Amino acid sequence: MFERILIANRGEIACRVMRTARSLGVEVVAVCSDADRDAAHVAMADRAVHIGGAAPAQSYLRGDAIIAAALETGCGAIHPGYGFLSENPEFVEAVEVAGLVFIGPSASAIRAMGLKDAAKALMEEAGVPVVPGYHGSNQDPEHLAGAADAIGYPVLIKAVAGGGGKGMRLVERPEGFMEALESAMGEARTAFGNAAVLIEKFIQKPRHIEVQVFGDGSRAVHLFERDCSLQRRHQKVIEEAPAPGMTPEMRAAMGQAAVRAAEAIGYKGAGTVEFIVDGSRGLRPDGFWFMEMNTRLQVEHPVTEAITGVDLVEWQLRVAAGEGLPKRQEDLAINGHAFEARLYAEDVPKGFLPATGRLSHLVFPLDCRADSGVRAGDEISPWYDPMIAKVITHGPTRAVALGRLAAALKGTEVAGTVTNLAFLGALARHEGFARGEMDTGLIGRDIDRLVVPPVAGPHEVALAVLAALGLLEAAEDEVGFVLWQPLEREVRLVHEGAEIAVRLRSLGPDAHDLQVGESTVEARRVGGRWRLDGQPAPGVAVDGRRITVFAQYGLGFDLVDPLAREGAAGGNAALIEAPMPGLVKAVYAKAGQTVAKGDRLAVLEAMKMEHSLLAARDGVVAEVLVNAGEQVTAGAALVRLEEDAA
Amino acid sequence: MQLRSAALPSSEAFRANREGHLEALAVVEKAAALAVAGGGEAARERHVGRGKMLPRDRVAGLLDPGSPFLEVGATAAHGMYGGDAPCAGLIAGVGRVMGREVMVVCNDATVKGGTYYPMTVKKHLRAQEIAEECHLPCIYLVDSGGANLPNQDEVFPDRDHFGRIFYNQARMSAKGIAQIAVVMGSCTAGGAYVPAMSDVTIIVRDQGTIFLAGPPLVKAATGEVVTAEDLGGGDVHTRLSGVADYLAEDDAHALSIARRAVGSLGGAGLKPDLQWQSSEEPAYDPEELLGVVPVDLRTPYDIREVLARVVDGSRFDEFKARFGETLVCGFAHVRGCPVGIVANNGVLFSEAAQKGAHFVELCSQRKVPLVFVQNITGFMVGRKYENEGIARHGAKMVTAVATTAVPKITMVVGGSFGAGNYGMAGRAYQPRFMWSWPNSRISVMGGAQAAGVLATVRRETIERKGGTWSAQEEADFKRPTLEMFERQSHPLYASARLWDDGIVDPRKSRDVLALSLRAALNAPVEETRFGVFRM
Repeated sequence: MFERILIANRGEIACRVMRTARSLGVEVVAVCSDADRDAAHVAMADRAVHIGGAAPAQSYLRGDAIIAAALETGCGAIHPGYGFLSENPEFVEAVEVAGLVFIGPSASAIRAMGLKDAAKALMEEAGVPVVPGYHGSNQDPEHLAGAADAIGYPVLIKAVAGGGGKGMRLVERPEGFMEALESAMGEARTAFGNAAVLIEKFIQKPRHIEVQVFGDGSRAVHLFERDCSLQRRHQKVIEEAPAPGMTPEMRAAMGQAAVRAAEAIGYKGAGTVEFIVDGSRGLRPDGFWFMEMNTRLQVEHPVTEAITGVDLVEWQLRVAAGEGLPKRQEDLAINGHAFEARLYAEDVPKGFLPATGRLSHLVFPLDCRADSGVRAGDEISPWYDPMIAKVITHGPTRAVALGRLAAALKGTEVAGTVTNLAFLGALARHEGFARGEMDTGLIGRDIDRLVVPPVAGPHEVALAVLAALGLLEAAEDEVGFVLWQPLEREVRLVHEGAEIAVRLRSLGPDAHDLQVGESTVEARRVGGRWRLDGQPAPGVAVDGRRITVFAQYGLGFDLVDPLAREGAAGGNAALIEAPMPGLVKAVYAKAGQTVAKGDRLAVLEAMKMEHSLLAARDGVVAEVLVNAGEQVTAGAALVRLEEDAA
Repeated sequence: MQLRSAALPSSEAFRANREGHLEALAVVEKAAALAVAGGGEAARERHVGRGKMLPRDRVAGLLDPGSPFLEVGATAAHGMYGGDAPCAGLIAGVGRVMGREVMVVCNDATVKGGTYYPMTVKKHLRAQEIAEECHLPCIYLVDSGGANLPNQDEVFPDRDHFGRIFYNQARMSAKGIAQIAVVMGSCTAGGAYVPAMSDVTIIVRDQGTIFLAGPPLVKAATGEVVTAEDLGGGDVHTRLSGVADYLAEDDAHALSIARRAVGSLGGAGLKPDLQWQSSEEPAYDPEELLGVVPVDLRTPYDIREVLARVVDGSRFDEFKARFGETLVCGFAHVRGCPVGIVANNGVLFSEAAQKGAHFVELCSQRKVPLVFVQNITGFMVGRKYENEGIARHGAKMVTAVATTAVPKITMVVGGSFGAGNYGMAGRAYQPRFMWSWPNSRISVMGGAQAAGVLATVRRETIERKGGTWSAQEEADFKRPTLEMFERQSHPLYASARLWDDGIVDPRKSRDVLALSLRAALNAPVEETRFGVFRM
């Protein structure tokens, strides 16, 4: 086993790898960027090496700096985590040239799977089913129509250079093919400068099921499947293992296909073979097709660990250190069911906009596995993935595990940034999902039911008031003292955009009465615990004027500051500002140009997503304040319209 | 040493006492509620209708959340002016703003437009006096039409009348005691000087006005027609005249600015270097005070039963316990603050007076604040006592109490009669605060004694002229005096006239003392220089 390894990553995966390495007696060296000098993974490591600027290109993507750090600190191997350099064959080669071990597959295996079309061809050769389709260079419409007939309707026309649904058309019947092809090609040409399309079989009620494999370079085993069908815009939200409705026959077929795929490329280490599955008529052994292979440890690997009892990182280290596969296929079995929910800093009602902020409070329930790379007090910076944690639960049955997931999410306390916690909670209680009836379209179909703005009740408002005023902690005997009648204080809070006025009568350090709308709430401290009308008060966190009550997955309140009225200029519709930090991808506005309300003026790329910035009103562009390619901070002015004559 | 109580909470006497005290409390509670209601429902609705916060809400909004509010003169002017000036139209008291003790003085515009009755002036001046003695920043929440014209003769001309308010402001400002005014309504005529004389003034837009003469008087005097806002509104005073410094959008905003102003004062904190301890609850429940103290002032009881329910841990280091036993002196702590306690346990004899003087000297030397617990019928009378010089010994105690520089807090828990009132730091001896229990009585002597003295003189006159005076006639003669003394010695009568700073629930004595001490200790304790003791 290695004496010391370097972890070329950050966040939760760096921490997670460290935990296992430690348990094996392996020392760990972390690397960090400017933005991560105080990050959790740095605090946790035996040593940390600073490797550059906050932008990934200046730090976590700098293979040379990482290898130098590993050599300098006497590491024997490098664990890449996921993302960053984990699937970069040149990096693997450089690591090996430096005389170090790369904990993962060979450069050639990564290359073999890196090019999607080539990978599919390779898999077809290996006897792994692939989605029927035409990926050829002949773009003659008649030829393409013929290909579609051969594949069988319905089919999907996709732009070769595409992404984000642009240049994509669903064609139900042959009659509609030509028209759809023309518009798809037109759109592809505009959006990507390349009109080329491919044709694929359209899979109805598609499910995303992937198989965990593990190879030693020649032989491979599979550790069963994971179902990742709960997705939003191709981002996984909740994963589980095993897949609901999976039959032994299909599991065997998929497992064998995945092992074939891994062995075909001499795979070493942990990998995942992703399949698309037709869920429209139940799971059938002939209804799955190879999509791609991820040549790394996946974000959602903990659900596999939970049901197999295998520590995949331990296997990674042992196999990289030269051991054979720790278990044979027949030694592996499924125990129960597991779920993982990805907790993100994102503003769900605003279209899942990635968010930043300092986590003033972060607590997970004790009876779940929470893999996190941040602690209370840490910053969710705009530089990296805004994931806060993965909440993982296990149970003897799917229903029990799901119940535990719902409970764990309910008990999770986050303050300091908006999160998708309520959305995850709603998903965990979604009836269709509970029945195992899901596909990749579920979230999109039910989004309105899943994204319901919370409404605070009188108890929660009352608690927020007491917390905002510091009265939950106050223990002085004279709190609220008066000779005769208590004074009444009016307190104003903003909750979900609406102002709430509350009247507070403090009767002593342990007793306050609050008038919230029509309700009177009696807050009493009994044995050190606050009770509201006799019921135990939920948790609460205060960060300046921001209060978070940990009910309904976290209710946010802001204490109104009357002084804030000073210099409050009000919104300026003439200024288009960056809603979050990001990279200006494109600027469409030009000085002097007349624009209409809703026109797209610029595109900001942040957190892997593109955000269109629209004109807030009709007007004339006075000034363009940024250029494409610039990194801007949240609130930066991008485009200014001329002052309205009216 | 921990005091031991001999009280029997299950006894008939205990229950009867408790009932008596609760009855007395109910009377005061009713009076306090009247004061809180201000000028009545209609006036309050009008006030709120103008977008203004009610005066007590303004006070609450100014203070820190959870801040105690030690109100001064909570039943001032009770029963006076035909009930026209509840709370004397002015709320005053000590509270905390940004963690430091301040004196808040807030006009109640629902009471005759916040105009100053004689008791309003007296209360305002009393609040300023406390602030000056305790070095408390003053925050004036102004909303007043100025002097109450029908009462102008008792409001304007004398030394302790309206003008004294501004004199005090100037003197306090000179001493570094901040003067902050928030103009939340009218500030007319003399009232205009409250903001003008303040160090920092905040005015509410379209609501606060400051002018020497309002639009009607201007029209009468010069014929000029002008609106109140143009004459002296917030915009005018912050932009043109410079009479005010900050323009607030509304009451809440104005109060926040005032809070910020207090936050920037600096120099907060307790000045004297006292040996504070951590606070400890008394070993005996203060609730029992109602049962252990007899309702009838004539029933003697051990004052240590009171002390045991007021001081930390019921611990009392009694000084000279075997000498002059009718005056109990000793050291204790109240919510951690060291105090010297002087408490009556019967009529004052020469020895008791000497002991009292000695103990006051001791506390003065050590700079330990003094708490006087008054239940005193007076100094002993009679040939033996006069001949041994009780007046001389009494004078020693009065001299010590009058000239000590340590803060004095006086709590009247029973009778406060005659020269005993002087020796026990009555109002004239300028304690920092003076509080009374609902069962207490204050007068130059007891009603029966007064009526008896008058009857004796009367009988002598009649009999010298050879007349006779029947028992019935004597009783009829005595009755008006008895009734007058009964009425005038009632704590509500006393408090209405600000002979004390307020009536307190006996069970809250500990809080009241602790808060009074904290307020007082904002000022440094000067060296004491006693007068000549008649030895």
